[in-house]
Amino acid sequence: MDSVRSDAVPVVLPTAVKILIAGHFGVGKTTMVGAVSEIRPLRTEEMLTDAGIGVDDLSGVEAKTHTTVAMDFGRITISRDLVLYLFGTPGQDRFSFLWDELAAGAIGAVVLADTRRLKESFACIDYFEERETPFVVAVNCFDGGDRFTPADVQLALNLDPGTPVLLCDARDRTSSRAVLVALLQHVLSLPV
Amino acid sequence: MEAPHEQWPDAVPVVRPYAMTSGRTTPVRGAFDLISIVLATRPPERDDGLHPESAQIIRHSQEPVSVAELAAELDLPAGTVMVLLGDLLAQRLIVTRSPTPARGVASRPVIEAVIHGLSTL
Repeated sequence: MDSVRSDAVPVVLPTAVKILIAGHFGVGKTTMVGAVSEIRPLRTEEMLTDAGIGVDDLSGVEAKTHTTVAMDFGRITISRDLVLYLFGTPGQDRFSFLWDELAAGAIGAVVLADTRRLKESFACIDYFEERETPFVVAVNCFDGGDRFTPADVQLALNLDPGTPVLLCDARDRTSSRAVLVALLQHVLSLPV
Repeated sequence: MEAPHEQWPDAVPVVRPYAMTSGRTTPVRGAFDLISIVLATRPPERDDGLHPESAQIIRHSQEPVSVAELAAELDLPAGTVMVLLGDLLAQRLIVTRSPTPARGVASRPVIEAVIHGLSTL
């Protein structure tokens, strides 16, 4: 029987998936999120307490340091049943604890890179390689930036030959979408 | 010269986030993450004696919405929103769907559907 009870509360909730947009400060993470998102990038804040302090230990409460980390994120509704969220991850090394939370369950990550500051991408790349989170490197072609070929970047970053490197313009919707599609195709190409 | 009260931004919460949750950092029910989807089980108007922030969650989750979006709308840390959601879940005022599979990687058909969507939208 396929009758639909019209009085029933619809309890079928959409499936949500996420992709991380990582990279160092100022590389264009929020720009890319904004270029593809159907909503203006939103900001969620997470309060971090110095790790290593037991939650039951109230004696040291005053000594705890609280840091607020902001993440910008966007949304793409694929269908009624499927929503893709993009999270621009805070770039600083010391927030790697927060990354663990973000990376859990992520389909993969885009590491945005700037050829003028390639060295600053190493922390991100190391992190995803270690976690075995699939990623692609997308070189944001800033005006005036040196033009390198993807092969140059692959060599300079000492990437696994299987890791795709693309050139992109993070301001451009079509270009940024192409990066996301490249990441997803890369994920599908990996052995299960 | 501006009157002193005009210098006070009126949207700033006067209760610190941890106070809203009575100091709790873990939800009583459910395991939420930033992309857990939440839907209210009833309209917002009825007064159940909810705290203002919980009432706001009910208002903002009349359509399916993610924890991250709720946190942004309420301008609260995501962890605080998750604790409040745990209380609402225990009271059956919301239903939720954690990302599928909960801590693993999306299935192949889901990834294919996302590629298709990105290429055609």
